[in-house]
Amino acid sequence: MVDGQGQVLRVGCAAGFSGDRTDAAGPVVEALAAAGGPAVLIFETLAERTLALAQLARRQDPDAGYEPLLDDLLRPVLARCLAANIRIVSNFGAANPEGAARRIARLAAELGARPPRIAVVRGDDLSGRLDTLGDVARGLEVVSANAYIGAEAIADALSAGADVVVCGRVADPSLVVGPALAHFGWARDDWDRLARATMAGHLLECGAQVTGGYYADPGLKDVPGLARLGYPIAEIDADGHCTITKPAGTGGLIDAHTVKEQLLYEVHDPHAYVTPDVVADLGEAVVTELGPDRVRLTGVRGHPRPADLKVNVCHANGWLAEGEISYAGARAEARARLAGRVLRERLPALSLRLDLIGVTSVFADDAGRDLADRIPGDGHDVRLRAAASHPDRATAERLNREVTALYTTGPAGGGGVRTSLRARLGTVSCLVPREQVPIAWSFSE
Amino acid sequence: MNAPSFIHVPLHRAAHGRTGDKGNRSNISVIAWSPALWDTLVAQVTEDAVADLFRHRRPTKVTRHLLPNLHAMNFVLDDVLDGGVNDSLNLDSHGKALSFLLLDLPLSISPDLAGHLRGPSDTFPGDLP
Repeated sequence: MVDGQGQVLRVGCAAGFSGDRTDAAGPVVEALAAAGGPAVLIFETLAERTLALAQLARRQDPDAGYEPLLDDLLRPVLARCLAANIRIVSNFGAANPEGAARRIARLAAELGARPPRIAVVRGDDLSGRLDTLGDVARGLEVVSANAYIGAEAIADALSAGADVVVCGRVADPSLVVGPALAHFGWARDDWDRLARATMAGHLLECGAQVTGGYYADPGLKDVPGLARLGYPIAEIDADGHCTITKPAGTGGLIDAHTVKEQLLYEVHDPHAYVTPDVVADLGEAVVTELGPDRVRLTGVRGHPRPADLKVNVCHANGWLAEGEISYAGARAEARARLAGRVLRERLPALSLRLDLIGVTSVFADDAGRDLADRIPGDGHDVRLRAAASHPDRATAERLNREVTALYTTGPAGGGGVRTSLRARLGTVSCLVPREQVPIAWSFSE
Repeated sequence: MNAPSFIHVPLHRAAHGRTGDKGNRSNISVIAWSPALWDTLVAQVTEDAVADLFRHRRPTKVTRHLLPNLHAMNFVLDDVLDGGVNDSLNLDSHGKALSFLLLDLPLSISPDLAGHLRGPSDTFPGDLP
C-alpha cells in the first residue's frame, strides 16, 4: 500500500463483540466509500470467553467454530467492500479461521462479487501445545488456549494484497494497527506511532461505545438516535494521530466525553497500556473536539513492546445453577427473605448467593455482606434470586429443585419461578515468550 | 450572614465514568464534566473514599491513576469481582454496573462551582442555589 503513503487511512468498525448489531456495517461502508481513499472495515467479535465457546462449537462440527453471525455481518457489505476496495480485517475466525475464510469465499461467489483474496492469520491457538504454558493449565480440562498476537501478520497480509484478513485471537487494537502499519510503512519499532494507532484501535474496538453507545443516561447524558447508532470511523494520519467520527445521518454522539470514557475502558495503568505491539502511554494524551461528531486524539506516546504474549486458557469449571421467584405486595421483602433462609437451610452443601432484586442485587457481593448489612425494609415487588456453582452437576441442580419447590413449600404468594443450569467455563492466563508462538499467515486456498 | 456553605451532591453531577473488567479486577474511570471541577475531584475522590464505598466487596487494593490533561482519573480495584466473569455468581458478573456505585459518592462542592455541575438538581433538593 506504499502508493497511499501520506494519505489519511480511514478505518471503520462495524462490530464490537460477538452478538453486536449486524446492520451496523452498511452506513460505515457507505461513508468509507464516499470518502474515497484507502479504507478498512474491521469487525471485533471476540471476548475473553468467546473463543472457548467457539472451540466447543468446532468440537461438535469441524466446519464450525468461527463467528456464528459471520454471514449476517458480511452479506450486506462484502460485495460493496470488494467493489470499492475497502479491505476487511477481523478476528471473526475465532477457533476456525480457515473455516471462516472458506465461508467468505462462498459468500462472495453467492453474491456475484469478484473472488476476494482472503488471508488467514494463524498461530494464536495453543490448545495443542499446552506444554508451552508452564504450570497454569496443569490438571485443568482445557477447552481453549489462545495467545493474544499482534499486528504484524495482518500488516504483511495486507501488504501482499489481501482483500480480507481473517484472524483468531489477535489483540483487539491490532485490527487497526495492522492496516496502519501496512498503509504508512512505519518501522516496527516506531513505538510512538504504533501506540497512537493502538489507541485508535482501542477507541474503535468496542464499536458504538465511542459513538454514544453505552453512554446514555437520560437527563444527564442524552444521546440522540440511540436506536440507530452510527458506528465509528477513525481517520488516522501518517503520525498515527486519529480523528474519530461516524457516518452522516446516523444516530449517536461523539464528543470529548464519549471519547474519554472509551479511552479508559478496560485500561489499568494509563501510562502503560500493554498490547503485543507496543506499550501505550496516555499520560500526555489530549482529546480535542473539532466539530460535531468529530474528536481528535493526540499526545499518545509509546514504549517498546513486551517480550511475552498473554495467553488466555479457558477450561471446564463445573456447573452454574440459578433460580428466581417473585414476591409482591405487603411484606413482600420479608417473605422473600424467609424464602432465602429456607433455601440456605435446605442446601447446606452449596455456597449460595442470594439477591433480593428490587432491594439489593448487582452492587452486592457473592458472600452476602451487602444484603446482611441492609436493614429489612418494605420492598413491595421483590424477586429472590439464588445462584450457586458446584463441580458436580447433580449437586448444582439441587438448587433449582429447591427453588421450584418454594411454589408449595415456601412463603405465601411466591410466583414466577425460572431456573437455569449451565456448564461453566473458567479462565486462567499466563505469559509466554513470543518466540514460542508460531505466528504465520497465508492466503486461503 | 455566614459564608455560603458547601453544596452536597453525588459524584455523577460532577463526573461520569465507565467500568471495565479483566479477570477479577475492575477499572472505573471518573471523568470531570468540567475542568473547573478537577481539583475538587482530586481532593475528594480518593483511593480511601473509593475503598470505603466498595468495602463489602473487599478490594485487596485500590489504585488511582490521575490524567490531568484529560481531567480524568482511573481507579483499579483488585479482587472485587468475586472471581471475575466466570466465577462470580453476580447477575452482573463483569461488574459493569459498578461505575454507578462509585458515581453515588457524596461530594462537597463550593457554591461558586455549582454552574459546572450537570444533570437534574433534584437529588438533594434545597441544597442548590
